[in-house]
Amino acid sequence: MSSILSSGDLAALWLTLELASVVTVLLLLIATPIAWWLARTRSRAKWALAAVVALPLVLPPTVLGFYFLVAMGPYGPIGALTQALGLGLLPFTFSGLVVASVLYSMPFMIQPLQNAFEAIGDRPLEVAATLRAGPLDRFFSVAVPLARPGFIAGAILGFAHTVGEFGVVLMIGGNIPGQTRVASVLVYDHVEAFEYGQAHWISAFLLLFAFAALLGINALKPLRKVD
Amino acid sequence: MNVFRFIGFALIVAVTSPALAADKLTIAAAADLKYCFDEIVADFKKTHAGADIDVTYGSSGNFKTQIEQGAPFDLYFSADIEFPRELVRAGFASSDVERYAIGRIVLWSPTLDATKLRLGDLTRSDITKVAIANPQHAPYGKRAEEALRASGVWEKVEPKLVFGENIAQTAQFVQSGNAQVGILAFSLVLSPEMAGKGTYSLIPDNLHKPIEQGFIITKRAAGNMLAKTFADYIGLRTTRQRMASYGFALPVSASGP
Repeated sequence: MSSILSSGDLAALWLTLELASVVTVLLLLIATPIAWWLARTRSRAKWALAAVVALPLVLPPTVLGFYFLVAMGPYGPIGALTQALGLGLLPFTFSGLVVASVLYSMPFMIQPLQNAFEAIGDRPLEVAATLRAGPLDRFFSVAVPLARPGFIAGAILGFAHTVGEFGVVLMIGGNIPGQTRVASVLVYDHVEAFEYGQAHWISAFLLLFAFAALLGINALKPLRKVD
Repeated sequence: MNVFRFIGFALIVAVTSPALAADKLTIAAAADLKYCFDEIVADFKKTHAGADIDVTYGSSGNFKTQIEQGAPFDLYFSADIEFPRELVRAGFASSDVERYAIGRIVLWSPTLDATKLRLGDLTRSDITKVAIANPQHAPYGKRAEEALRASGVWEKVEPKLVFGENIAQTAQFVQSGNAQVGILAFSLVLSPEMAGKGTYSLIPDNLHKPIEQGFIITKRAAGNMLAKTFADYIGLRTTRQRMASYGFALPVSASGP
């Protein structure tokens, strides 16, 4: 039983970081307008949308994995769409994991962002408006800098939650080296193959990473008071 | 002191009483037994009124680890006979290993005509995803890899492979259409849930080591009479015939009625 990480182990850790990075960037792009709208709107549709984006928090990953697999398969609506676009099928591909992870980690990005946007209040934006700042200018020059801790917290949580994904990946990943075999699945494989030495190393790495991520989130708290 | 003695007594009662409740049986069974065992257990209950039997289906390797860690299983049916053998050597069993079946692997597809399909055809360009169980730990996956290697197509097929956690998940990958072809357990393909939904061809069993399956009564069930009764039931001719109807070869001569 080897206690040193194999090249396959390193590939899986690297793939995990790659997946989490891509997902975090996409989350920043997709979650920011949604969080902004949720923070600013007076529409009643807000509650419905807020509930929909928070669903992954409470749904079992197996429910999401099952729906993804069926919807992305050749007989599902997403599968039909991706095939019509010439993209092939998403299950068992890196792109499929990205799509699933973006939806799965969405609430972890939206909620800190929405809180940060709400905390700004109307006043700074109104002041900016009286100084003839347009809506986009107000957003990028006033809201984004003021919501910085929210962006950082959301990015850390979205990244960390993607690293910690397991159930969804197990159901739609197909465990392909270099494509979908991420660290959490690898730990499971090592344990099943009785390779406890390697399972220990990867687990310890993930434990330290999770601790560091949460430490980073906590370090943001005093920052808020300074802002 | 008396308090501690009482706590100790209570603990001993709590720990040993499940074993004393001998009309209750918890079985860990390899995923390839799923449909076959549902019927065997239903039959057993007909002749053993009051027997309370729970069967958990899953990965044989996972069950071995769980039993080593004290999981409350009374019987362990593994798709790889090596796992129960190791448990016997490590003192986790109260019986010898009994061979109960030899499994077969098949090529199965819901969309292609698998009756004409051979392992060599998996290199065809219209086949882009092939599902097998994870060869790292799943018995059926190991045999699938051996057969692909023996056919000389492993290198060409490997980039198309997707790996199921156990043989049942592998079957589900194919049944859902996400992989065109799978190397599956014959027993699952013959089940009512899959029969008629696709076609198959048997993979010659000289291409891989035999899929010898074995079971043990665990150490915790040493005094469980029902566990012994069920183990004997597996050896009956009627039970063996039921397994044969699910495509299992029978390793030892059947006894009794």
